[in-house]
Parts: sequence; structure tokens; C-alpha cells
Amino acid sequence: MATAAAPSGKNYLNEKSGLWSWLTTLDHKRIGILYMIAVMTFFAIGGTFAMLIRLELFSVGKTIMDARTYNQVMTFHGAIMVFMVIIPGIPAFLGNFILPMQIGAKDVAFPRVNLMSWYCLLIGASIAFFSLFYNGVDTGWTFYTPYSITTQNGTIMMVVGAFIIGFSSILTGLNFIATVHKLRAPGMSFWRMPLFIWALYSTALLQVLATPVLAITLLCLTVERVFGIGIFDPKLGGDPVLFQHFFWFYSHPAVYIMILPAMGVVSELIVAFSHKTIFGYKAIALSSVGIAAVSFFVWGHHMFVSGQSEVAGILFSFITMLVGVPTAIKVFNWVATLYKGSIRFDSPLLFALGFLFLFTIGGVTGIMLAVIGVDVHFHDTYFVVAHFHYVMVGGTLMAIMGGIYYWFPKMFGRMVNEFWARISFVFIFVGFNVTFFPQFILGAMGMPRRYYDYLPEYESLNKISSVGAWTIGTGFLVGLFVIIHGMLKGEKAGNNPWGAKTLEWQTSSPPPHENFLVQPVVTAGPYEYR
Amino acid sequence: MSTANHATAHGGHHHAHHYDSAEHEYNTSKFGTWLFLATEILMFGGLFVGYILFHEKYPEMFHDGSTFLNWRLGALNTVVLLISSLTMALSIYYAQVNKKNLTLLNLYITLGCGFIFLIVKYIEYTHKFHEGLYPGRWFNPTEPEVQEMAKHLLDQGHGHLNMYFSFYFTMTGLHASHVITGMGLITWLIVRTHRSEFGPQYYTPLECVGLFWHLVDLIWIYLFPLLYLIG
Amino acid sequence: MEDQQHHHIIPLKVYFSVIALLLVLTAITVAAAQVNFGPWNTVIAMAIASIKAGFVLAFFMHLKYDNKLYVAVFGTALFFLIVLYLFSWLDTVTRIGVNSIL
Repeated sequence: MATAAAPSGKNYLNEKSGLWSWLTTLDHKRIGILYMIAVMTFFAIGGTFAMLIRLELFSVGKTIMDARTYNQVMTFHGAIMVFMVIIPGIPAFLGNFILPMQIGAKDVAFPRVNLMSWYCLLIGASIAFFSLFYNGVDTGWTFYTPYSITTQNGTIMMVVGAFIIGFSSILTGLNFIATVHKLRAPGMSFWRMPLFIWALYSTALLQVLATPVLAITLLCLTVERVFGIGIFDPKLGGDPVLFQHFFWFYSHPAVYIMILPAMGVVSELIVAFSHKTIFGYKAIALSSVGIAAVSFFVWGHHMFVSGQSEVAGILFSFITMLVGVPTAIKVFNWVATLYKGSIRFDSPLLFALGFLFLFTIGGVTGIMLAVIGVDVHFHDTYFVVAHFHYVMVGGTLMAIMGGIYYWFPKMFGRMVNEFWARISFVFIFVGFNVTFFPQFILGAMGMPRRYYDYLPEYESLNKISSVGAWTIGTGFLVGLFVIIHGMLKGEKAGNNPWGAKTLEWQTSSPPPHENFLVQPVVTAGPYEYR
Repeated sequence: MSTANHATAHGGHHHAHHYDSAEHEYNTSKFGTWLFLATEILMFGGLFVGYILFHEKYPEMFHDGSTFLNWRLGALNTVVLLISSLTMALSIYYAQVNKKNLTLLNLYITLGCGFIFLIVKYIEYTHKFHEGLYPGRWFNPTEPEVQEMAKHLLDQGHGHLNMYFSFYFTMTGLHASHVITGMGLITWLIVRTHRSEFGPQYYTPLECVGLFWHLVDLIWIYLFPLLYLIG
Repeated sequence: MEDQQHHHIIPLKVYFSVIALLLVLTAITVAAAQVNFGPWNTVIAMAIASIKAGFVLAFFMHLKYDNKLYVAVFGTALFFLIVLYLFSWLDTVTRIGVNSIL
């Protein structure tokens, strides 16, 4: 096992210098950092749009913008967060950096494809943002027809941008599947892989199988707008519900692309910070694949009131409830792992614990929405908005923060300031609940989503929600400073500050270009804490 | 059945640093290509699903629409692509047995087949445009019988005739874009073969581009009966 | 970690037999299209196309001789495509309306 740093003190960060060496790098670690910068930038932009939304919704009537502008702001917030932050967030950033190291490989299977996937994200995002010069987009990130066919603005640009970003996701997934199958170190069977790898692998299956259907959907929408081909347009004999079938066939598995890697991170964090092996390794590993598989059969639960038949609705409703089972297995196993562990409440674990609490709420409300009779009332209300923010922000974003703080020493060879990291957690966790819990109540009271204005009885809860948003924003700003300060001035870290057992911690921090000085040979499972 | 020499690390192609051997790289590249083909199946497949669903809804309209397609030209294109698949596979065979000139010849024939395919498509498309059979909102048939047919279908609740052409142009258009891409890749292979970059020790790019080209053929194997014959 | 696979070379004879078969099947499918089998038209055409596809996959694309993993990749893609069709079809066919089977 390689434990020493490269003798010359060279690592992937200082090996070659200059912007050009970064923009043409084939090193998965550098590409991971490139993704980190891109995703954080997009998060800042998407987050700004979120702040604008909450500012507008602070009070009844017009607060800072008119309805037309509001529709664009909410569309951009959704599209940016979904396509440019949460989907690539963990796989392309943390996954790219950590996956090859955790399996003892020198790089991903196809490094040039990896770099190309980053450029796809950037080019797609640029084209999507360009739509702002053409009156933006006001369809919501879901581009439902027939409105998205007729609305006169930059919809095509955002759709084309999303198409290209989709290729970024496909290529990342393709790369990861090939890497996991072909580049594991000697002795690392599938059953000795860390759970983060199982999570990324399951995610990659979804990226490869589901995203192409989004591609053809967006292509058809574009052709529909340009040529008027009429597949989705009722005036031409088309079926707008068919658009939704095609769109959600991808977009439902997409939400599992968003959450599965987060669950993988949580597995790593809970194990490392209870200094104890995972409870139920095989159950968690297989539940990841199980969730990925079942996710393909439930997309119609987004369409219960769309005009879809009741028969299809009942079928989708039933299967959706099944997805709660493997998810619950994970939650129980994580709690069981913590039990009698030697727990350190460092900031990464705080985010993992936050995940457990918030994701459980988000998941349970998802099961509520799965019940078709309940969904008829909650569909397109703030109840749904609260549900998905609980799982995506309370879930994925918490996991990203925990993952960043956890792997920070490995990536940069420095520790973050633990005190301020914990402060960021407190602001994010508290702010999040203040923002989104009232939205469950608002939804139950009947407040519709995507509306620019609302009835006076909803105002007080909206005010509370907006105050919460400023609190989360503060938390993320603190987090940003923690990260930047850590990169520049953090205390130097050793190879394995957390005493963790997975392979990435057996090499220097930051790692050398080749990851390991000597090829690791694996003789045991990933979490052999004794 | 014969076997080639092992594609081993010594001699011939130098493999990338993160692979154990050229063999390792070859197998991974092939696997990666198959994963990419899976994405193509799901992407094109979406169009097929849309086609089938609307065909079930408007069988008369699809039947009428298909009468505008020339099955002879469709069959010709089918034969052309099948032959191009053969020659693509043969180019790999000849690389495996170290016959550079025959590798090149078969690559050129494959490329030529691609050109023939595109020319036939060009003839078909321009013929349709000449009769005003454009996709979507520009559908404007010049022949009165066609206008009558479209009106009759609409009145009977059998759908809009231009939807048939929407599917025709979208599906064959997307397919043609892949033919063009494939031809670009084959041209790249031709250049590299001229430079003697391939042989029994290393022919991975031939293999991977070949798989892509066969997929393009596979899609047409289904497009041909669906569009030209079933209606 | 490396596979011990020999690089199998398909003999020319096999290639030429396959292309002959494919051309014959093409002729058959064209001939079959001249006859109206009613609702079986689609089934027959798709069946013949699938046989042709099978030969291209097995021999030109080497699947018969390759790692079964590649078959699994192809099969999985096809499987989920069918899922997309099946559930969408189920919806359209059970909508209470003109073409409903209910």
C-alpha cells in the first residue's frame, strides 16, 4: 500500500501550471476540480434566482418584478439547479475525483471523453443562458407542451443547451460504468467496493439509459417549434401528454441521478465518523441498484392530473410506493451504523445527520404524494415544492457539503476551519427548515406553485419562508468562504486526517498525478475498522 | 476458426498509462462503445415509440402516407447499407490478418456505400419537396388529389397527413445525420490506415467505428419496413 | 484484471453467408409486403427485420463471440425502451374516449 507522498512533493495540483494545462487536462482529479468550479458558479447563479423568487413572494402583489419576469426567473432557477447543479454536482465533481482512487485506478476509462463532458456542460450552459437575450424562457424547467411550442422567446436555446448538457451527463455515466467494470485494482471484487462506488455505478446506469430519451424529447420539441411537426401539438393531431411521458421517462430517473450519489456520500461519511463498519453493506449496495431499476417504472406519478388514464395512474401510484422500500432500508442501516459507533461530530458528519433528518421528511412526503388520491389535491401546490426541496436540498445539497468538507483535505492537502464549517451547517440546516417547512403547510392550504401572486391568507407563511431563504443563503456564503479560505490558508493535512479506511486515504494529500505510487492490491472489504 | 496473435503490450501500439495492457484497453474501448450504442438505441427508440403510438391511433393516415414512398428506393438503400456493413466488417478482418490494402479497399467501399445512400435520400427528399410535401407547418401539397386525401383524412378524424411526413423526415433525417457522422469517422479511419496505424496488434478504432456503423445499419433495417412497407 | 480473450477472427465464409442471408431476407420482406396479411402485416415485417438485426448483431457486430456483458448492455437498453412504449401505450389505450378499450 502506498502511503508516502511522491518524493519530489509533486502532486496533481502543482505538477503542471498555467490555465492551459488545466483546460486541456486529462487528469480526472483536475477535471473534478473544473467541475467543482463550474457547478459552484452555476449554484451561485441559480441561488440568486432563488433569492429573487423569495423576494418577490415576500408579500402579496408585485414586490420587485412583474409576472412575465417572475415566470422567467422561476424557470431559470429550476433549469439551472436541475441541469447544471444537482445532476452533475456529485457525480462529475466528487465522483470524478474520488471514484478512480477508491477503486485503486490511475484514472477513469476514457480521460478524453471525461474532459469533453466538462466542455459539454459549459457549452450547453452558455447556450442556455444565451436565451436571456431573447426574452428568456417562461415555461418552467419542464417545458410542457403546447405552451412551450408557442411561447415566443428563447425556449429553443435553453432546450438546445439542455440537450448538450445531457451529453455531459451521458458521457460521465458511460465513463464510470466502464471504469468500475474494467479498472478496479487487483483483489477488489464488486463486493469490496466502497458504497460510494455502488452509488455512482447505479447513477451511471441511469445517466446512460435515461438521458437519451430526454435528448430525443428535446430534439422533438425543437423540431416542433421550428418545423411545426405536430407530435405534441393537439392542433395538429399530436398529444401533449405524450410529451410528458417522454419527458418524465428521463426526469424521474433523473431525480435518482440526483439522490443516489448523495446517499453514497452519506454512507462514506457515517462510516468514517462513527469509525465503524457499515451495517448491512450488501443491502445498501443492492438497494442502490434496486432504486435505479425501479425508478424507470414510476414516471407517471408526475402526471396523475395531466389527462393520463386512471388505469395508468393507479399502476404508477402503486409502483412508486415500492421505491420507498429500498430507500428506507438505507436509512435504517445508516442509523444502525451510528449505533455504538465512536462518533465524532465533525462538520461532515453534521451534514450527514442533517441529511438523515431532512431526506427522511422529503422521502416520506414523497410517499404521500405517490398516493394518487392525495396527489390530486397536492399536485402543483407548494406541498410538492417543499417535498422536492427537502430531498434535493435537504438531501443532495447537504451531502455535497458534507462530501466537500470530508474530502477537502484529500483534494487540497489542507483542512477547513472547523468552527466556521459548523456555522455554515447551522445556518443552512436551520434556514432550510424555516424556508421549506412552511411550504408544506402552504401547499396543504392550497397555494399553487409557479404562481407570481397569491391570496392574502398565504402571506405570513410566505414571509417566514423568505426569511429562511436569506438564512440559507448566508449559510452557503459562509460555506463558500470556508472553502476558499481553506484552499488558500487551511492548516496542512496529512494523508488520512479522519482515519478512514477507503483507498483514497492511503495515498498522499493532495494525491500525485498517478494517484498511487504503487498499485494497491486489495485484500479486504472497504470498511475494516477494528 | 482461427485466432490472431495476442495484442500484447510489447511491440505495436502503445496503450494509455492507466491500462495494464493493450488488450485491457481494447476490451474497455469496446465496452465503452457498446454503452454508447445503448444510448443511441434509447434515443432513436424514442422516435420509434412515438411512431408506433401514432400509427396505432391513425392507421389510415399512415397507410395513405406510405404510398408516397418509393419502396424500390428504400429497398435499394437497405441493400446498400447491408453491403456497407459487410465491407466494414471485412475491413476489420483484413486488419486482423495484416492486409492493409484490403482494409483500405473495404473502408473506401463502405464510404462509397454511404455516399450512395445519401444520394438516394437526396433524390427522395427533393422529389417530395417538389410536390410540396414538406414536414410540419410547411406541408403544402401541390397535387389536388393529395390535398383531397389530406382533407378526407382530417374530416374522417384520421389525423393530419402532414404528421406522417413529420415522422418520415425526422426519423430519416436523424438517421441520415448519423450516416454522415459515420462517414466522417470512416474517413478518419482511412487516413489512419494509410499511415499504417492499424494491424493485428491494434485495430481498436476500426472495431469501435464499425460497431457504430452497424448500428446505423440496424436502425435502417427497422426504418425501411416501418416507413416504406407496413403502411 | 485483463481478459484472457483471444482475438477471434470470423472466417470470410461466415461473413459472406451472412450477407447472402440478409439480402434474401430483404427480398422476402419486400415480397411479403406485396401481400396483405391484415393485422399481421406489422408483425411479419418486424419479425423479419428482427431476424436480420439478429444476424447483424451476432456476426457483423461480433456478439456471438464476445463477452456476454455486451449482450447485457444491448438487451438492457432494449428492455427499457420497451418499458417506455408499454406504459405510454397503456395510458393511451385506457383513456376513456374515442379509441379506448374500456
